[in-house]
Amino acid sequence: MSHHDVVILGAGPAGLAAATRLAALGIKDLVVLDRESEPGGVPRHCGHVAFGLREFHRPMSGPAYARRLAEAAAGIDIRTRMTVTAIEPGGRVHVVHPDSGPATLSGRAVLLAFGVRETPRSTQLVSGDRPVGVTTTGALQQFVYLSRIRPFRRAVVVGSELVAFSALLTLRHGGIEAAAMIEEGPRITARRPADWVARLALGVPVLTGTKLLAIRGLDRVEAVEIERDGRRQAIACDGVVFTGRFRPETAILAGSHLEIDRGSGGPAIDQHWRCSDPAFFAAGNLLHPVETAGVAWAEGRAAADAIAAFLAGTLPPAASTLAVKATAPLKYIYPQRLSLPAAAISPLLFKLRTARAAKGNLRLVADGRLLWRRRMTILPERRLSLPLSRIPRADVSSLSVEFEEI
Amino acid sequence: MVGCALFRRFCLGGLKTVLLERGADILSGASKGNSAMLHTGFDAPPGSLEHACIQAGHAEYLAVRESLGLPLLETGGLMVAWSEEELARLPAVVAQAHRNGVLDVVQVGAEEVRRREPNLAPNALGGVSVPLEHIIDPWSAPLAYALQAMAHGGEVRRGCEVNGGDFADGQWRLATSQGPLAARIVVNAAGLQGDLVEAIARASPFAIRPRKGQFVVFDKPAARLITASIMPVPSERTKGVMVARTIFGNLLVGPTAEDQDDRAHATLDQGQLEALIARGQRMLPALAGESVNAAYAGLRPATDSKDYIVEAVAEANWITAAGIRSTGLTGALGIARHAAALYERHFGRLEEAPSPARISMPNLAEHLPRPCLAAGYGEMVCHCELVTRTEIEQALGGPLPARDVGGLKRRTRAMMGRCQGFYCSARIAALAKGRLVGLSTESLP
Repeated sequence: MSHHDVVILGAGPAGLAAATRLAALGIKDLVVLDRESEPGGVPRHCGHVAFGLREFHRPMSGPAYARRLAEAAAGIDIRTRMTVTAIEPGGRVHVVHPDSGPATLSGRAVLLAFGVRETPRSTQLVSGDRPVGVTTTGALQQFVYLSRIRPFRRAVVVGSELVAFSALLTLRHGGIEAAAMIEEGPRITARRPADWVARLALGVPVLTGTKLLAIRGLDRVEAVEIERDGRRQAIACDGVVFTGRFRPETAILAGSHLEIDRGSGGPAIDQHWRCSDPAFFAAGNLLHPVETAGVAWAEGRAAADAIAAFLAGTLPPAASTLAVKATAPLKYIYPQRLSLPAAAISPLLFKLRTARAAKGNLRLVADGRLLWRRRMTILPERRLSLPLSRIPRADVSSLSVEFEEI
Repeated sequence: MVGCALFRRFCLGGLKTVLLERGADILSGASKGNSAMLHTGFDAPPGSLEHACIQAGHAEYLAVRESLGLPLLETGGLMVAWSEEELARLPAVVAQAHRNGVLDVVQVGAEEVRRREPNLAPNALGGVSVPLEHIIDPWSAPLAYALQAMAHGGEVRRGCEVNGGDFADGQWRLATSQGPLAARIVVNAAGLQGDLVEAIARASPFAIRPRKGQFVVFDKPAARLITASIMPVPSERTKGVMVARTIFGNLLVGPTAEDQDDRAHATLDQGQLEALIARGQRMLPALAGESVNAAYAGLRPATDSKDYIVEAVAEANWITAAGIRSTGLTGALGIARHAAALYERHFGRLEEAPSPARISMPNLAEHLPRPCLAAGYGEMVCHCELVTRTEIEQALGGPLPARDVGGLKRRTRAMMGRCQGFYCSARIAALAKGRLVGLSTESLP
């Protein structure tokens, strides 16, 4: 077993940002592991120009952005084609590699930065046949940008989060007709004017208030059945792209000793990015389905600062914690707990998401006392934040964030 | 399943045998969706052919599995009573098991049920323990049977549909989608098409009435919630919904039992799947926190008969194996033995091969070492199920290569994990280029 100061799992924006920051802070015994053959993470197969503004102050394509992140991390020990098979208490990580086989590493600190994946059709229990040609945006991007294969000719895109519009761009790049984008809700999930871009620039019908009823086709997809304005109808297509509904890639964590937050689906952390086992830290989309690469990058940097403090012995211990609860319709909040005393946390924010649209007051309540509130409209898949500096004392015993609908 | 076992039995018996499959790959009909149980036959109708075939099949699987490289997950089964009415039926279940020769079956009290399965809902009133009701790999097994048959001279023709045939002078001439085929004996193991194929030889004495079973597959962490397969107290119509581990490390809830006319489409129904999940959660409340990986549906070739139909039509050189329902995975080897006995009674002698070829199936079982633990596997292709490029290439090659996406999934587990191909489907399309029916590998312009 090899021992290191820091082991980073995942060489996407969060992991690479953390590695680069740690190296700049003088941490030398640092290893980054990634399962793919090149570092960079998901942006590697996002061909459109939507990256880099926060980090490099100019718009970049995903692959260019991924290369830039990797260049910034030049000189750091990044080991690709590494598959993590298990993690164990105290910072132990089991891996396999195609050439060298199984191995075990340990880090005084381990940063988890596995990222997210989309929810496939099957998890959503969609009715109908199970033919070939049903995929997700991520898989579609890999087909088109990495394997350069056209998996189908005419596709229906399900969902209207931002990533669904990225699916439309990928379809166009692959010369695949987009038959329609369908969204069950009354409006698109992404911000306007994404739908106008889809309609006008790409010529794709955006059908809101439309429910996917079933997929038809014995071997290959032949059609989807939808319900629109109370009527059942079919759209002929040979591909279906399920988009969004991201979930943290917690495969390795689910069977481990770490506490998973049921709301976010990712590991529960304190304000220092620290998991329930203090040898493990987490950052990026693993914590929150889903944010931009820029947010993941910024979190990777912040987590690196916490890890550097931990290695220097200056990070407050995780001995006494205060759990932070979010109640419906709020879906999740993070950090999920505060390590006390909470004095050192003022520059940070709680971040949260709602499960559905609502109007009313967002309230922060400590021991039954209202500490802070703000009137607002909340929408799913939009950032919501709440300043931690509003917590006046460290002696509260319960803290919850609520949404009072009006 | 049954066809592969028959193919193996007749090849091992020294007959020149060809296996015809209308699908692009073997196991693409009823066999692709089953519950993967190795049954003891404790609850089969006493004195039935089904019972005899399950017991013979169970014994033969255990006897030959090591020489075929096939795994076994020894879970045992626990039938659980959730109501007074079900509890009252348990003594009869035990009595029937004993009558069926499964003598280690015992009734256990509520306390013992809780001790064995502490995650079950607290309203379990009692149960029946079936120690040898185990879990196997439902696709590697029949594939191994077919490969062993091929090692003994058998031939497989896939995408070959039988459309008709004439029997004259002790010889069959079958009309198939790949041209005519002459044979001395025809064995009908056409599953969902059984009655249609039977009509080639005679007015079919049975009609296939497909019965659909839907299943929900939970992600691997859920498998820790149970030890044994949790079986319901059966009703007249079906064995009911069970919660079981799979050999691949998942947890399964199902099946439903829905009669239909359609022989081709095994469609999923969201309402039914949600009902299955709710049913699973009532038995195992902690399932509420577990995520679903997949849902699938299979069609069981049910008939009016409660029993298997395995018989010889002596005057037509024809053997029928039909109406093989949910127990077919276990029963297949027993059915093959029974069919071989019918052959010997009516059509001639079989010379048992003295040393059957050894087959080593790549291990897909979660509880045994997977190929990726040995260095030199090339590339990890599917990270959820830890499937290597070496395994993908093996499945695309060899004597019986995968011919469609389903066949590749069944041979390797690729794309069957929690991300369902989010990560690996494009890479697999590139590796498979042109070798899998239905998978587009058209290059971008």
